[in-house]
Amino acid sequence: MTAASDLDGFRSEVSEWVQSNFPSALKSFDLGADSPSEKGVSGEFRAWRQALADNGWGTPTWPKEYGGAGLSDPEAKVIRQEIAKVGAFNPIPPMTGMGVTMVGPTILEYGTDEQKAKHLPGIASGEVRWCLGLSEPNAGSDLAALSTKAVDNGDAFILNGQKIWTSGAHISQWCGAVVRTDPKAKKRDGISFVMLPMDQKGVETRLIKLISGASPFCETFFNDARADKSDLLGDLNDGWSVVKRLLQHERQSQTSAPAAVKIDQEPLQEQAKRYVGTLEDGTLADPDLRLRIVENLMDAEAHQLTVSRITAEAKGQVKVSAAASVLKNSMTRVAQTKAELTLEMMGNQGIGWEGEQFSEEELRSVRDWLMGKAMSIYGGSAEIQNNIISKNILGLPETTQQG
Amino acid sequence: MAALTEEQTLIKDQAISWASAEAPVSKFRAMRNEGNEGGFAEPTWSAMVEMGWTGILVPEEYGGSDLGYLTFGLVLEELGKQLAASPLFASAYVGATALLLAGTDTQKLSHLPRIVDGSEIVTLAVDEGPRHAPARTALEAKSQGDKHVLTGSKTLVLEGMSATHFIVVARSAGKAGEAQGLSLFIVPADAAGLSRRPMKTMDSRGYAELSFDGVEVSDADLMGPVGQAGEVLDEILDRARAGIGAEMLGVGSQAFAMTLDYLKTRKQFGAVIGSFQALGHRAAELFAAMELARSCGEAALQEIDAQSNSVAKACSLSKAKVGDFLHTMSNQLIQIHGGIGMTDEFDAGLYLKRARVLETLYGNQSYHRDRYARLLGF
Ligand SMILES: Cc1cc2nc3c(=O)[nH]c(=O)nc-3n(C[C@H](O)[C@H](O)[C@H](O)COP(=O)(O)OP(=O)(O)OC[C@H]3O[C@@H](n4cnc5c(N)ncnc54)[C@H](O)[C@@H]3O)c2cc1C
Ligand SMILES: Cc1cc2nc3c(=O)[nH]c(=O)nc-3n(C[C@H](O)[C@H](O)[C@H](O)COP(=O)(O)OP(=O)(O)OC[C@H]3O[C@@H](n4cnc5c(N)ncnc54)[C@H](O)[C@@H]3O)c2cc1C
Repeated sequence: MTAASDLDGFRSEVSEWVQSNFPSALKSFDLGADSPSEKGVSGEFRAWRQALADNGWGTPTWPKEYGGAGLSDPEAKVIRQEIAKVGAFNPIPPMTGMGVTMVGPTILEYGTDEQKAKHLPGIASGEVRWCLGLSEPNAGSDLAALSTKAVDNGDAFILNGQKIWTSGAHISQWCGAVVRTDPKAKKRDGISFVMLPMDQKGVETRLIKLISGASPFCETFFNDARADKSDLLGDLNDGWSVVKRLLQHERQSQTSAPAAVKIDQEPLQEQAKRYVGTLEDGTLADPDLRLRIVENLMDAEAHQLTVSRITAEAKGQVKVSAAASVLKNSMTRVAQTKAELTLEMMGNQGIGWEGEQFSEEELRSVRDWLMGKAMSIYGGSAEIQNNIISKNILGLPETTQQG
Repeated sequence: MAALTEEQTLIKDQAISWASAEAPVSKFRAMRNEGNEGGFAEPTWSAMVEMGWTGILVPEEYGGSDLGYLTFGLVLEELGKQLAASPLFASAYVGATALLLAGTDTQKLSHLPRIVDGSEIVTLAVDEGPRHAPARTALEAKSQGDKHVLTGSKTLVLEGMSATHFIVVARSAGKAGEAQGLSLFIVPADAAGLSRRPMKTMDSRGYAELSFDGVEVSDADLMGPVGQAGEVLDEILDRARAGIGAEMLGVGSQAFAMTLDYLKTRKQFGAVIGSFQALGHRAAELFAAMELARSCGEAALQEIDAQSNSVAKACSLSKAKVGDFLHTMSNQLIQIHGGIGMTDEFDAGLYLKRARVLETLYGNQSYHRDRYARLLGF
């Protein structure tokens, strides 16, 4: 544990550093809309990313030798808070796709020293983007049903098969994929986790357009794609334990609002007053909507308090916990309901698709609302989380998810 | 569970072992079956006094231990699990809070030590009609020199039949419905013109209806300046709400534990019923609601201890969210137990009935949703 007084000293150090290094030109930068990639951003953006990376502050809790800063969780929190305070942001996690939140922590746990040295620094600096090839057309929630094959040809695994819903596959440099290496073994026992570069002849991606109009993910085809044998993560045929851990990290990363949420965002109730108006006593003119907004605000507060409580109980040590399923579902519910309420309060202005009759905020609300529907599907759907709670936390016998 | 101090852990452990050994729900049932008008068993109450629980909120100079609201909440939660009945909450929590926040030095000196040693039971008399609405107080306090004459009635006064003193919310000025003009008086139960009648409620606890027929009190019985008690009353009520929140967490988590146990043991269709996904998911939803409710309940008590400026919001959040959880949980306690849940012999009904009363006290969920919105300015 870091003493509170040390933390105060550290805080003023961080605060000073952020203020003198964050380019004011980036203040209005909207990290939320699209996840930025190195090519598409300004010089200032690149300089800010590099400055953070030089300190190891993009991934502050990672070891120094792999591009982190070797800091404690409370110290990392200080950095997050000080960055948010001045309207700045940490661009490194979104620039790495699945790198910082999922692939990195899993490599830290399962990787050899050689793998850590090869892959982690590129993630920590925000320069290498990763995607994850897990889902297949016939293996979604039941991931262990996957059928993409990998055959050992001596110095590499040769991959054949199809992945789907691969977020950011078209802009990623690396992919972490689960593949079947022993077709004769039981479902979960013949799977391995491999890492492979996307820029090779055997990998092809095709964009999928979503209901929100965006195309952030792909179908990914492996036709004799190569994964170096030194890029097998964990033991051969033990990929299931690797991916289970990876998915825990995913769930954990989805228990709180995305980092991109702006702190100066107008509160829901103020936005509602603007669209709906108020009665003489100052209450919202639509009493039914008002109560549903209160409930959503209360649920959001309850969620935040639960995150804090679990952190306090863990005495500052933020671990991947069983409570992650509870938090993922509650975060999802709060966010999806909020998006619904936002559209509802906007009324005729909350149904626009494009054009100047609608404000940017209104159009974005529609797209966010649509995109938000995915929250209860990916990272283990809401139903799968409930299976996990009832089986792993409550100890009820399972009748589903066999095999 | 919030991160506890060593002392808090000790008291919590003491409450767990005492409540399950000395005040299990079977004792409450026995008392109910006897038709005890006071709503609690004397030995249970004196044991609580002996353990020092009556002094948890009271500063040492008045004979207490000054351990704070979260600590008291831990005890209330454990008592809630067993439905243990006593005047502990009404007197040593709400009564003591009112004295501490609004009482004069003389009043504190004369009542707090007696609350601690159990010789006085001091309880708050606030509601008058079917809904909790402090601003609608109509009980009139007419000032005549240094005298005040109280006329009107109170309903659902906690431990009203065993109380030795009432802290009465009365109107010194203005009309019912106005937040201004309220006063607090501390009135002995045997005051001339004050009569009380027991109210038989579904939770079999002790409540009374009070009638004030020109009850004369003096300035010495006035708590704080005349007609200006509105704000402090809010503070008292908020603390009371957080205390109810703690008890509701206890009732709800016990209901959850009973339900989970049944899901693991009851067999139908050749399998334990908890293996049916419809019920497994319901249990998961209830568990999640319980975890979220616990965060709200504990946060309210912590905010009070920290004297933060968001106590009102935190207490409304607690009363609403813990209340919502308990509401659903108590219904599912019955539902998942099937026919057994409907029988009086099984405890589920006792928990359901207590749940609804706790939800009602000091403002139900809809009261606090509305209040939360007002506090946020909409
Ligand atoms: C925006 C987005 C991004 C994604 N990014 C990636 C990515 O980068 N990489 C990747 O590999 N995948 C990604 N996915 C895929 C995602 O992991 C899958 O969609 C998810 O695992 C669900 O699989 P499925 O779509 O095949 O649905 P199915 O598994 O077919 O589920 C259909 C419905 O059945 C329910 N269901 C399934 N099994 C059970 C059960 N046992 N009990 C109760 N209900 C059940 C589900 O909850 C769901 O409601 C992404 C998905 C989305 C929407
Ligand atoms: C007021 C009252 C009057 C009654 N009158 C009569 C009468 O006149 N004659 C008579 O014969 N019976 C009568 N019954 C009994 C009634 O039919 C049973 O209570 C009912 O069939 C449920 O059975 P159980 O109580 O054993 O609950 P269980 O079957 O043990 O059910 C317990 C819980 O598990 C759930 N559950 C069980 N199986 C599944 C499943 N496969 N999937 C999901 N959930 C499941 C149930 O919905 C319930 O919530 C009466 C019951 C009551 C309460």
